[in-house]
Amino acid sequence: MSKYIIRRALGLIPTMLIIITVCFFLIRVAPGGPFSSEKKIPPQIMKNIEKKYHMDEPLIQQYGRYVVNVLRGDFGPSYKYKDYDVNYYIAQGLPKSLLLGTISILLAVLLGTAAGMFSALRQNTWVDYTWMSFAVVGISVPVFVLGPVLMYIFSIRLGWLPVAGWIDEHGLKALVLPVLALFYQYFATIARLSRASFLETIRSDYVRTAKAKGLKTSYIMMKHVLKGASLPVVSYLGPAFSGIITGSIVVEQIFRVPGLGRHFVQSAFNRDYTMIMGTVIVYSLILVIMNFLVDVLYGYLDPRISYS
Amino acid sequence: MSEVILKVNDLKTYFNTDDGIVKAVDGVSFELEKGEMLGIVGESGSGKSVTNLSLMKLIPSPPGKIMSGTAMLDGVDIFKMNDNEIRKLRGNRIGMIFQDPMTSLNPFLRISTQMIETIMLHQDKDKSAARARAVEMLEMVGIPNPSKRINDYPHQFSGGMRQRVMIAMALSCDPEILIADEPTSALDVTIQAQIIEVMQELCRKLNTAVIMITHDLGVVAGICDKVCVMYAGRIVEKGSNDEIFKDPKHPYTQGLIKSVPRLDRPSKGRLYSIEGQPPNVIDLPECCPFHPRCEKAMDKCRNTYPPLKVFGKGREVSCWLYEGEK
Ligand SMILES: Nc1ncnc2c1ncn2[C@@H]1O[C@H](COP(=O)(O)OP(=O)(O)OP(=O)(O)O)[C@@H](O)[C@H]1O
Ligand SMILES: [Mg+2]
Repeated sequence: MSKYIIRRALGLIPTMLIIITVCFFLIRVAPGGPFSSEKKIPPQIMKNIEKKYHMDEPLIQQYGRYVVNVLRGDFGPSYKYKDYDVNYYIAQGLPKSLLLGTISILLAVLLGTAAGMFSALRQNTWVDYTWMSFAVVGISVPVFVLGPVLMYIFSIRLGWLPVAGWIDEHGLKALVLPVLALFYQYFATIARLSRASFLETIRSDYVRTAKAKGLKTSYIMMKHVLKGASLPVVSYLGPAFSGIITGSIVVEQIFRVPGLGRHFVQSAFNRDYTMIMGTVIVYSLILVIMNFLVDVLYGYLDPRISYS
Repeated sequence: MSEVILKVNDLKTYFNTDDGIVKAVDGVSFELEKGEMLGIVGESGSGKSVTNLSLMKLIPSPPGKIMSGTAMLDGVDIFKMNDNEIRKLRGNRIGMIFQDPMTSLNPFLRISTQMIETIMLHQDKDKSAARARAVEMLEMVGIPNPSKRINDYPHQFSGGMRQRVMIAMALSCDPEILIADEPTSALDVTIQAQIIEVMQELCRKLNTAVIMITHDLGVVAGICDKVCVMYAGRIVEKGSNDEIFKDPKHPYTQGLIKSVPRLDRPSKGRLYSIEGQPPNVIDLPECCPFHPRCEKAMDKCRNTYPPLKVFGKGREVSCWLYEGEK
């Protein structure tokens, strides 16, 4: 198994290289550039600027220089903000985005699985109906609607929670609405998914065998049902991670969270090449690593998967 | 005279479905003596599985419900037991094996885990003693290299081997009764005989009584001491092995026996089969449910359910043909 893990881990390197390459050239193909939007710049000055950022070199040379720098862990200077380089902004924003994303996915998985389990155990009772109506709402309302609605109700109308901002201003209260907006859809999907898979597992032959052996229901749930029933949830984690990342970009905009997502959006408007690349690489890296971990987890849970 | 360990009386198990009440088991009675093999035969849907799941209180409820009846095990009615008491019974005093060995074992847990948890639950053994017992059982059912194989997962075993594991697990706590619900139907013909043999041999050795549910009359003829023939939720004929196979009384039993291919007699053209389909057990009218398929059906059969005719101890038939007989 450890051989398999190492092999998979090594496979991440070419994946990342491909992502970097495709992004690098895609961004350059897009019209405009980091310095094109501002008022007319004299050609000589423009030339100097381009020289400073090596933009006068052939594209392939720029690409080579960039890749080498990235491999050293240097994302280069921002084309827009002169004071700091991209590494600084990532170091500023990433922890906030990570905190938001991690809390959201953890809550979604834990609450979603629990809701699915209890709904399955109490199928067609009010417990089931209550959880599942919450889930239907979560699945049908997109985050860019949910966010403003939550903000309107809890911040503007009731005044319980801050409208926007981050922990440094408002303390942990600042987390509540962004997390709620971000986690809800994934909670809902996981709840429905796990309800179906718990129902199927509870009715399976091997659970009947476990009952026929005289085991307690609670023991059967933990030991015999949980593992099999959680597999669909685990395979959904891959898409969920990418959804949480895109969702967090939106949520950070809505609630003015100074995370990576805001830099990502702004840098795209600004054609801030290095900043776009930096954020994209960080997001991709997170996603690729998460998918890798999900695969490993899946293999660990299901003994039928072979690693040859 | 051997001693009766299980006495089922007038068991009725119904299912409440959207289409109506399914009378899956409708007044079943039988006795099981210590160490004997009782065969229950009948077509698909006749209520064999439901009868036996009822004895373990494993009927999914809702929609299922045990409506009435008693099942006396050592003088205690199983149906009156609470959850705790019934759990002490399952796997401990009554073991059960199922039709499909491919799905009956938990694919996510090692054989050792699944066997040891049962033994530790019912017997006062620590983990290593339970493990030793599990290995011993696997050895007895003929798993080669059991102390190593016990650490494998179910998917690493063939179907026949998995059913052996199921047998080992079901017998690991020395139950008085083993319920085997079509233990060989999902297996290759060549393996079926081996599994039956292992089961029979082991149960003899441990003096375990067996309720053997099957479609396969050949198996019943070969190993069972007594036979119950079920049709549409009721037992239509009961008797010893000899009585059932040498002198079948109910036309349904006669049909079943005639439809078994025999090698010791020259075949005369096509194999016999009972015409028609088993009835739907929803809203059965008060008549003999077999009459539409019966060659000897009379007017009476279409109007009233035939009463039980007792010919002697353990010899009963439910058919109008024998109304007047002594
Ligand atoms: N959960 C359930 N809900 C509704 N009806 C059921 C349920 N389980 C069994 N039944 C009905 O009970 C009747 C008897 O089923 P049972 O499984 O006992 O048949 P069987 O004799 O074991 O058949 P087979 O040989 O196919 O296993 C069938 O008509 C079946 O439709
Ligand atoms: Mg059955």
